[in-house]
Amino acid sequence: MPDALLATRELDAFYGDFQALFGVEIAIEPGEVIAIIGANGAGKTTLMRSITGLLNNSPEMVTYRGHEIGSLRADLIARRGIAMVPEGRQLFQSLSVEENLIIGGQMGRKGPWTLERIFELFPVLKERRAVPATALSGGQQQMVAIGRALMSNPDLLLFDEISLGLAPIIIKSIYDALPNIIGDGMSTIIVEQDIAKALSVATRVYCMQEGRISLEGRSDALSREQISAAYFGV
Amino acid sequence: MDWINAIIQGILLGGLYALFAAGLSLIFGVMRLVNIAHGDFIVLAAFLALSTTTLLGINPLMALVIIVPVMAGIGYVLQRSVLNQTLGDDILPPLLVTFGLSIIIQNALLEIYSADPQKMNAGPIETASIAVPGGLNIGVLPLLMFVVAVAVIAGLQWIFYRSALGRAFRAVSDKQDIAQLIGLNKAHVFGLAMALSLAVVGIAGVFLGIRTSFDPSIGPGRLIFGFEAVIIGGLGNLWGTLIGGIILGVSQNIGAQINPGWQLLAGHIAFLIVLAVKPRGLFPRID
Repeated sequence: MPDALLATRELDAFYGDFQALFGVEIAIEPGEVIAIIGANGAGKTTLMRSITGLLNNSPEMVTYRGHEIGSLRADLIARRGIAMVPEGRQLFQSLSVEENLIIGGQMGRKGPWTLERIFELFPVLKERRAVPATALSGGQQQMVAIGRALMSNPDLLLFDEISLGLAPIIIKSIYDALPNIIGDGMSTIIVEQDIAKALSVATRVYCMQEGRISLEGRSDALSREQISAAYFGV
Repeated sequence: MDWINAIIQGILLGGLYALFAAGLSLIFGVMRLVNIAHGDFIVLAAFLALSTTTLLGINPLMALVIIVPVMAGIGYVLQRSVLNQTLGDDILPPLLVTFGLSIIIQNALLEIYSADPQKMNAGPIETASIAVPGGLNIGVLPLLMFVVAVAVIAGLQWIFYRSALGRAFRAVSDKQDIAQLIGLNKAHVFGLAMALSLAVVGIAGVFLGIRTSFDPSIGPGRLIFGFEAVIIGGLGNLWGTLIGGIILGVSQNIGAQINPGWQLLAGHIAFLIVLAVKPRGLFPRID
């Protein structure tokens, strides 16, 4: 895909001697929403860490806007417009809700997202802006984590395990808010274990299994049987 | 009356100890680095101030304008070039490397300045004093140093909890990986923290050199005072560090009042009592 915003090419990733990814190739076009699904340990988070630079690889393994970024430091990749809502929220516990959001925008990238707009999207955060971020409920913390990522006005937004550890009603409200977030034509990669949720928002899906892409295709063209085979390897 | 005088002088001395301690506390809070060479950097700053005053013929208090930025620069370069390489899950490498730095600084100073005690002269202000009711006299210089110490603590407190730089310090301290994800370069942030730490060391060193005589060997002793002030006050609490410094200063002066030989011992005993009663210090903020 030559016009891809972001692509990985024969991406192998390692933790020490342990190889976590084997020749993974994904691509996302500008404005596209894709989902990456797979069971625990399939390599989804490793893939996210490779894209964001938390895990360093060979330069040519990850390309973004035609530049090789596979070996760039994470903060330099963030400055190019890739943001992530990390698994488990990972808020800064010494910072208040508002400070967590403000520091998300500290690079000064211009765009539609401001503190006011985050507070419009999640009004509860405005009420609780002064409390320590970790004093919030899990769902509210997820809102802060999403807001923190949006504050950098990214061109590509990654959601790692967006619904993991949250109550179903919270997951629903977060998914209800998603169209407002990605409606601005932001390219988005959603990592999910919940297949139905992933298929409902993504136009294309990659399924991962044991560090490899086991299936890819348009969400509306894949059958449940194909997905379960690729997901569980049965 | 002598006792009240001893306590007041002790409080003022505590300001200087808080200056010894503030930079130590700051970098431990941001990057969990214990800088064994901290005391030697204080002495280094004193010697740099000595050279500056003799070279330019200026008052040591004026030398602050040069020493503080120079020390900050040394701190930034040191962190980026050496100390960042030692940080990781293991806390031993930074301890060993700063221990080595301590020895290098002491011996370099010994080589350049010899072992002779030195002192800087700040002029008439050194003997000026303010008479207060009750027949007591408070020295202008110790009072000035105390006021500066309080201002430095207040300034650090403001930077840490109110400024963008402080937000970056706290974010990197909380979660280094996630801080990188929002575009903070932790190597640079750590460099700035060490620069700030050694800027305070610059002030402490100049004040030390005006207040007492100094030689290349006294760094580790200042490090101990700084440690004790931090621990008494409670880790991660800057105002606590000021109070820790004051408790240390007052204890030392009361000890000296009883018997001049007991000055240092009394300070250490006060420290041990606090450690025994409240092992996490009086006002702990971080675990």
